[in-house]
Amino acid sequence: MQRIGVFVCWCGTNIAATVDVKAVAEAARKEPGVVFATDYQYMCSEAGQKLIRDAIAEHKLTGVVICSCSPRMHEATFRKTVEAAGLNPYMLEVANIREQCSWIHKDRTEATEKAVVLARTAIAKVSLNVPLTAGESPVTKRALVIGGGIAGIQSALDIADAGYEVDIVEKQPTIGGKMTQIDKTFPTLDCAACILTPKMVDAAQHEKITIYSYSEVTEVTGFVGAFKARIKRKARFVDETKCTGCGECTSKCPSKKNKNEFNLGLDNRTAIYIPFAQAVPKVAVIDAESCIKKKTGKCGLCQKICGAGAIDYEQKDEYIEREYGAIVVATGYNPIDLAKYDEYAYSQSPDVVTSLELERLMNAAGPTKGTLLRPSDGTHPHTIVFIQCVGSRCDDARGKPYCSKICCMYTAKHAMLIREKYPDTEVHVFYIDVRTPGKNFDEFYRRAVEQYGVDYIKGMVGKVVPHDGKLLVQGSDLIANEQVRIEADMVVLAAAIEPDKSARSIATMLTASIDTNDFFTEAHPKLRPVESPTAGVFLSGVCQGPKDIPETVAQASACAAKVIGLLAKDKLKGNPCVAHVNEEMCNGCSTCEKVCPYGAITYQDKEFRVPGPKRTEIRRVASVNEAVCQGCGACTVACMSGAMDIKGFANKQIFAEVDAICR
Amino acid sequence: MSFEEKEMAENIKRISGVNPRKCMKCGKCSGTCPAYEEMDYHPHEFVAMVEKGRIDELLASKSIWTCLSCFACVERCPRSVEPAKLIEAVRLEVIRAQGANHLKAVQIPELLDEKLPQQAIVSAFRKYSK
Amino acid sequence: MQIKIDENGNFKPTIVAFCCNWCSYAGADLAGTSRLSYPANVKIVRVPCSCRVNPLFILRAFQRGADGVILCGCHPGDCHYTTGNYYTRRRMTLLFNMLDYLGIERDRTRVEWVSAAEGAKMARVMNEFVARICELGENKRLEDLRCKKSLEE
Repeated sequence: MQRIGVFVCWCGTNIAATVDVKAVAEAARKEPGVVFATDYQYMCSEAGQKLIRDAIAEHKLTGVVICSCSPRMHEATFRKTVEAAGLNPYMLEVANIREQCSWIHKDRTEATEKAVVLARTAIAKVSLNVPLTAGESPVTKRALVIGGGIAGIQSALDIADAGYEVDIVEKQPTIGGKMTQIDKTFPTLDCAACILTPKMVDAAQHEKITIYSYSEVTEVTGFVGAFKARIKRKARFVDETKCTGCGECTSKCPSKKNKNEFNLGLDNRTAIYIPFAQAVPKVAVIDAESCIKKKTGKCGLCQKICGAGAIDYEQKDEYIEREYGAIVVATGYNPIDLAKYDEYAYSQSPDVVTSLELERLMNAAGPTKGTLLRPSDGTHPHTIVFIQCVGSRCDDARGKPYCSKICCMYTAKHAMLIREKYPDTEVHVFYIDVRTPGKNFDEFYRRAVEQYGVDYIKGMVGKVVPHDGKLLVQGSDLIANEQVRIEADMVVLAAAIEPDKSARSIATMLTASIDTNDFFTEAHPKLRPVESPTAGVFLSGVCQGPKDIPETVAQASACAAKVIGLLAKDKLKGNPCVAHVNEEMCNGCSTCEKVCPYGAITYQDKEFRVPGPKRTEIRRVASVNEAVCQGCGACTVACMSGAMDIKGFANKQIFAEVDAICR
Repeated sequence: MSFEEKEMAENIKRISGVNPRKCMKCGKCSGTCPAYEEMDYHPHEFVAMVEKGRIDELLASKSIWTCLSCFACVERCPRSVEPAKLIEAVRLEVIRAQGANHLKAVQIPELLDEKLPQQAIVSAFRKYSK
Repeated sequence: MQIKIDENGNFKPTIVAFCCNWCSYAGADLAGTSRLSYPANVKIVRVPCSCRVNPLFILRAFQRGADGVILCGCHPGDCHYTTGNYYTRRRMTLLFNMLDYLGIERDRTRVEWVSAAEGAKMARVMNEFVARICELGENKRLEDLRCKKSLEE
C-alpha cells in the first residue's frame, strides 16, 4: 500500500476564494492510502516546496498529490521537489483545481465538491503509479546531411560552425544543387553563382565538414542519437585524392556528343567531365555509359594525358558505414516532366523551354555564353511568351495539386531581365493568379509591369503549335474576354516542381513520413516545422514543401539549430511515459506496428518458458524502442490482447480515474 | 439566386456531373476552344454562369449549338472541371424541353460536305434532333 | 452511490471528459484563465493523445454511472503525434455505432476538436453537452449495479 501525501494549495485567493481548501484536505485524508494531508498558501513557493519535502521525509511518503494549478504550469517544478526529497519524480500527480475548478465556478459548495472529486481522482491514480526512470542513450556527435544543395550546405555550415562533425552526401559529382544552374536571384537580381560558390568553398574547406560527392545513402538503421548509415560511393573512375581539376582530360576526350546534364541537355559534354568550372570538389568524373574505354576497352586517352595519374578505369563502388546522432534531409526538388503536356509542344519544338532551361540560356556560363538565342536556329527571339502554372494547381494525374510557389517570382524576373537586356523583345506572360507574398516581392512584380512594360495577360494558354519556325500561341484573355493569338519565337513554361525521386526511398529508410505529394511531413505544421515526426530526423529546404532560396536558407539554419540542440547533449533523456509491452500477453499480431506513427515497434523472436515437456517455446513478440516511442498510446488501443500499455498513463490508472470520478 | 434559378443550375450540374466550384478561373478552356469566335458565351463563362444560376441566358445562347463537342476543354482543364459536359447538359435541356428537331433527315444531303466523316454526320444528327 | 439530485431537486449529471494533453487540456486551461464558466459536473481526465482513449474507458464510465462522456482532441491535421486523432475519429465512429445499437442515446457521447487556443469553444462545448445530458436524464442502461454495490461495501 502506498503512503500518499496530499497538498492543497490556496494560490493566494485564486483557489481559496472559491474552494474550501481545508475541506478538500479533510476529505482527502479519508481516502485509502492517504497518510497526510495539508493546505498552504503558495505550494510552489520555496516555503511550500520545503513543506512538501519535509512531509515526505517525516511521513515516509511514497506518493504525492498536489491540488493546485494546471500540471502544464507547475508539474515540472513539483517533480523536481519530490525528486530532491528522494522520491521518484513520477510518483507525483497534480489535481488541477485552479484552471479547471476555482476559476470557472462561482458557487463555493459546487467548486469545493468538484475539487474533492479531482483530488480523489489524482489520489486514485497516484496509488497505481510506479517509479519511472527516463531511459538514457548516448549521442553520437556527428550529423549526416543528405543532399548538398543550398539547404544542405547551409545546414552543414551552421552545424559545423558549432563545432560538430558533419558529412554531406550528394548524389551528383558536385555539391551546389539547383542553385548552381540559376542565373540571377529575385528580388535583388544577385548573381546566384556569386553568392553560392563561396559557400560551397566554405563547406569544402571547413575542417569539420566531409563531403561525399557522387555518393548515396543506401541504408539507415538505429534511432535518434545513434543512427547508423551506409553510404555508397559510386565509382567515378578518377582518384579524388589525386585529381587536380586541371581539365586537360576533358579537352582531349574523343567522346564528345553526350548530353550535358548541367546545361539540361542544351549542349554536349565529353565522357570524362567536370560539371562546371566552380564545381566542388573540382574533380573529373567518367560517365561509364559514354566512355569509349569503358565500352570497347580501346582508347585510354585521358589516362595517358593525366599528369597526376588520377584515372583508374578499374575503380569499384565503395561503401562506408558511419554513426550519426542526427540526420538532416535536404533532398530538394526537380521540375516535373513535361512530356505529357503536348498542348504546349514541349517535346515538339526546341524553342519551347522550361524556366530552368531559360536560366541556362541566359547564364554567362551557359551554352550560349549569356546571349539569349533560340535553341532551334540560334537567332535572337523577338516575341517571347511565358506560361505560368504548367502542372501546378492541377488536380489531374498529369500535374500537381499544390502551388509551386516560386514560379510567379522567377517568371517576373525572367521577363524583366529580357526586357532590360533586349528592349526590342515583346514579352507576354499568361497567368492565372500572380502570387507575390514576400519581402519586396510585389514591388518587384509591379516593376516588371510598370517600368519594363511586360504584358501580363490574365488567362491560360490553350495550345502552342509550331509552325514555319514560329510558335503559334492561342490563349484566352479573360479580362478583355477574347481569345488571343500570338506568333512567338520562344515559349517558356513555368513547370511545377516536385520532390526529388529519392524522397520516397529515403523516407522509407528513415521511417520518416511523407505526404501524398512525396514532400516530407513536419512534426507539427506550425510549431515544429523543421523536424520530422521521427526523432533525430530534421528537414531542410524544398524536401518539406516548395520554397524560394531565402526561405530555404532560413529553414536550413533553423534545422541546424535543432540539430545543434540535439548534438549538444551527451545523453538523451527520453520521456519515460512510453509504450511498454507485456510479452506474456503479446500474440505477435503486428497490429501495433502498423498504427505506430514513429516506427518504434519491431518484432523479435523470444524464448519463453512453458508448462509441459517442451519447457520452452519461441514466440514472436512486439518490442518497443523507448528512444523512438513518443508515448501517444495509439498502439495500446489497437492491441487486441491488451499487452500494450503506456507507462504513466496505464490502463489501470485511467480506469481508476474514471472510477473515482463516477464514484 | 432565386429558387428557380437554383433548381435549374442544380439540374444542369446533376445531368453533367460537373462541379463548377472546382474552377479556378484560368481560362484555359476558352484558350483552347476552336469554336471560340462562333460563341456568344465562351466555355469559361459557361462554368461561371452555371455557378451563378444564369441558366436562362445559356438556354437561349448561340454557344450551345456552336460547341463542336471536341472536348479539348475537358482534356486540358487543370482542375478537371469539364466545361463541355456543362454545355452538353444545357443543350440536352433545350432539346428535352421543346421537343423540336433542329435537323431533319431530309436536310442532310444539302449540308453534306465530302470531307465530313460519316461519324461526324451521325453524331451531329443525334445532337441536333430528338 | 453518488447523489445526482441537488438541493433544488434538479438532476446533476456526472460527466467524464477525456482531453488530450497538447490541445484540449490546454484549451480547458485557457477557458480557466479566461474565466469562462462551464458546469462543475464536467471532470477532465488528462491523456497524452485522444488516441490513448480506449473504447473500454468510455464503457467503464457508463458502467460506473457516468451520464455522458466527451472526448476532446486536437483538430484533424494538428495532432501532436501527427495521426492520433484520425485513429480516434475512426474508433469512436465504430464505438458510437455500437452504443447506438445498445440503446445508449447518441448524444451521451461526443467527440470534439478543441485546440489550445479555443478556450471559448471548450466552455461552449461543455455547456451544450451538459445541457443536452440534463435533458436526457440519468443513464441507467449501462450502469452496472453490482460493481456499485461491491464498492459501497
